[in-house]
Amino acid sequence: MKDFDDLQQLFSEGRIDRRVFIKRAMSIGMTAAIPLGILSQEAQAAGPKHGGVFRTAVRGGATSDSLAGSALLDTHNIMASWSCRNNLTEIAPDGSVTGELAESWEASSDASVWVFKLRKGVEFHNGKTLDADDVIYSINDHRGPDSKSGGSGAVASIDDIKADGSDTVVFTLSGGSADFPFLMADYHLTIVPAGTSDWDAGMGTGPYTLTAWDPGVRFAGKRNPNYFKEGRPYFDEVEILNVGDATARMNALRTDEVDAIEEPDLQTVDRIGSVPGLSVKEVGGTKHFTFPMLSDIAPFDNNDVRLALKYGIDRESILQAVLRGHGYLGNDHPIGSSQRYFADDIPVREYDPDKARHHLKKAGMDSLNLKLHAGDIYAGGMDNAVLYQAHAAKAGINMEIVREPTDGYWSNVWMKKPFSVCYWGGRPTSDWMFSTAYAADAAWNDTHWKHDKFNELLVAARAELDDAKRRQMYHDMQLICRDEGAVVIPVFANTLMGVSDKVGTPERIAGNWPMDGDKSPERWWFA
Amino acid sequence: MSSLTRIILQRLGLGFLTLFAVSLIIAFVVELLPGDITQAMLGQSATPETVAAFRKEIGLDRPAHIRYFEWLGGIFKGDLGQSLASKRDISEFVGTRLSNTLFLGGLAAAFAVPLALLLGLLAALYRNSIFDRIVNLTTLTSISFPEFFVAYILILFLSVKAGIFPGISNVSTNLAFGDQLFRTILPALTLTLVVLAHMLRMTRAAIINLLSSPYIEMARLKGTRPFRVIVYHALPNAWGPIVNVIALNLAYLVVGVVVVEVVFVYPGLGQLLVDSVAKRDLPVVQACAIIFAAVYILLNLLADIVSIVSNPRLLHPR
Repeated sequence: MKDFDDLQQLFSEGRIDRRVFIKRAMSIGMTAAIPLGILSQEAQAAGPKHGGVFRTAVRGGATSDSLAGSALLDTHNIMASWSCRNNLTEIAPDGSVTGELAESWEASSDASVWVFKLRKGVEFHNGKTLDADDVIYSINDHRGPDSKSGGSGAVASIDDIKADGSDTVVFTLSGGSADFPFLMADYHLTIVPAGTSDWDAGMGTGPYTLTAWDPGVRFAGKRNPNYFKEGRPYFDEVEILNVGDATARMNALRTDEVDAIEEPDLQTVDRIGSVPGLSVKEVGGTKHFTFPMLSDIAPFDNNDVRLALKYGIDRESILQAVLRGHGYLGNDHPIGSSQRYFADDIPVREYDPDKARHHLKKAGMDSLNLKLHAGDIYAGGMDNAVLYQAHAAKAGINMEIVREPTDGYWSNVWMKKPFSVCYWGGRPTSDWMFSTAYAADAAWNDTHWKHDKFNELLVAARAELDDAKRRQMYHDMQLICRDEGAVVIPVFANTLMGVSDKVGTPERIAGNWPMDGDKSPERWWFA
Repeated sequence: MSSLTRIILQRLGLGFLTLFAVSLIIAFVVELLPGDITQAMLGQSATPETVAAFRKEIGLDRPAHIRYFEWLGGIFKGDLGQSLASKRDISEFVGTRLSNTLFLGGLAAAFAVPLALLLGLLAALYRNSIFDRIVNLTTLTSISFPEFFVAYILILFLSVKAGIFPGISNVSTNLAFGDQLFRTILPALTLTLVVLAHMLRMTRAAIINLLSSPYIEMARLKGTRPFRVIVYHALPNAWGPIVNVIALNLAYLVVGVVVVEVVFVYPGLGQLLVDSVAKRDLPVVQACAIIFAAVYILLNLLADIVSIVSNPRLLHPR
């Protein structure tokens, strides 16, 4: 039976074709017992095959980038980093959390002590075997009061890390956190050998070994033959180009310079489908556009004014005009429909100028004049603002749009101006998203919103291990955020990719980050 | 010749002063920009604590003039310093970018300069003919379109439709010279179309200007053929203005090609400068600005020398 299992493995990985498979199976006397499912798999996708050089053009790189975990920012450097390295855990395409370098984990009953068992025998590219010290060194890189790591939020709750033997790591948290394994999948928290100082060398346990790294230009890697994930990666080599201009990415894909691109231009995306050999892949994700108001500044300290603004936006029109239908409606809370605790029974707020006027009246106003600070910080940022201006005008809300430069937007406009345009990539879990931008004491609480009931629920839900109770708590929080929060969230945007038909993709593509969770180099293959 | 050497030395000295002034202005202007590198790098993650820690780490908590003089001291030791953002040695990565930029500029110049001179001479020779009109019309048209439009048109026809050239020019150091040349042709063609008209029309105008001079009439009366009159009699006296325009355009090919770099994904200095300004990475901005300024100064110096050498009256002043 062992022989047959091996054979089945070879076949499902596409290393042998169906004919060879049947021939060999017959030779070990197994034909009658071949489960039908195995052969039909081939008909669907021919199974992942090995080989080829995967070339992809993504955005988000700059000359100033680095592969240091603490400095990762956007698709180009995150994909490069994950091509060389792994985390303790990984967000699976269905949004659940699975082990990566950690084989298993266990929480204490109050979810404040977490014990991670490491996978045994995993080697770094330089042959060193992974142990607990490497994990501790890597996580500690983001901790401490002076940390400038983008991952500092994910590790903020860690009070202490210690090793228990060479393959067990014990995390002691300052409070209960049922989602802690999700946090360990944050892209900043990659695991490197203890003592690493030259992060740009790309040393790690990942699917590819680094052969070239030119920040903001290009990453290239060669297949790591010792990769611990069975069968992966499928490509022999991978090349990730940074192409900031959407038209240039499209040109690259059309002229077969690359096999896949991130974020094709929304204006022309529907035409990719008409080009033979190319197709568009689309996943609903957690990225959403927001209009945050500073809830401690008049008039936004009045919930009726906030409700008027929420009723005064035509979500459907923004979805169609700006996203061209590639997204879904938002409901003024940041939890996306693909997330585990999304409350699907809360009706989406509709555009209703009369209700908006009604709430303005309740706030003692006939009309409202305000300034909306906007910029093209995402494609369509200005368009959204202009559309909103037109929608709100019908409800007696007169918005003056102040165009701000995108350069310096995060330091000069966001969280500084009372009403502005913003967007969030979203977070994999409800707790993570709420704790990042809605908790009263969060550094990025971009609405200065302080709601006692909400904050109590947030802490309670974080440590709650009973799933039904937890679901109810997150349901209530979404409702509170929708009805009393200080942010207008009109739409969630889908993640789009332009992909050549030569490339095989899994049935389910992850939507937590672009390009299949920024992990297409190890999840995709040449069909 | 001694007067020529003196002029060159004088100009080089002035060039150094100009470079110093440029570096001072750049440092001042970057200080004026809102936000600094810590906020630009941390983006949404910039909390007051992380910003303060980061500033301290890279020494931004010290006054601007002290940082400037430290940088200046480094320059005199031949040390361009380190990028604040990536902590890499600037000379290391600016070197590759500079050679890419010079390669692209050089290739474009290799197309554009001979073509412009030849077409300019012919246009002067057959002035006001159909040929002259067509050459003027097409080159003026191509210079009037924005660069990215010319680039997209070339990509559409030569790359997407005909499939002759690649749609992007992502050259890297491990490419063979032939491949690099091939991948750089489309951006070089774009730049050629953009700078051609200037040089061509200056060549034409300078020569036509001379054609009414008495000595040209003399040559013609001798029975010299028209092409010979232009190349041997008119051109040597027209070099001054022509070379000056060529120098200006060559400088443009090196410092003004950001748009073409973006459209073709060509890793040159322009993109580096834009990235660095957006990140407020002062040492890199300084390095790029100094290189650009030096290119301008050297090319202008070269143009002046050529004008002097080609003009006996300037070469042997009384």
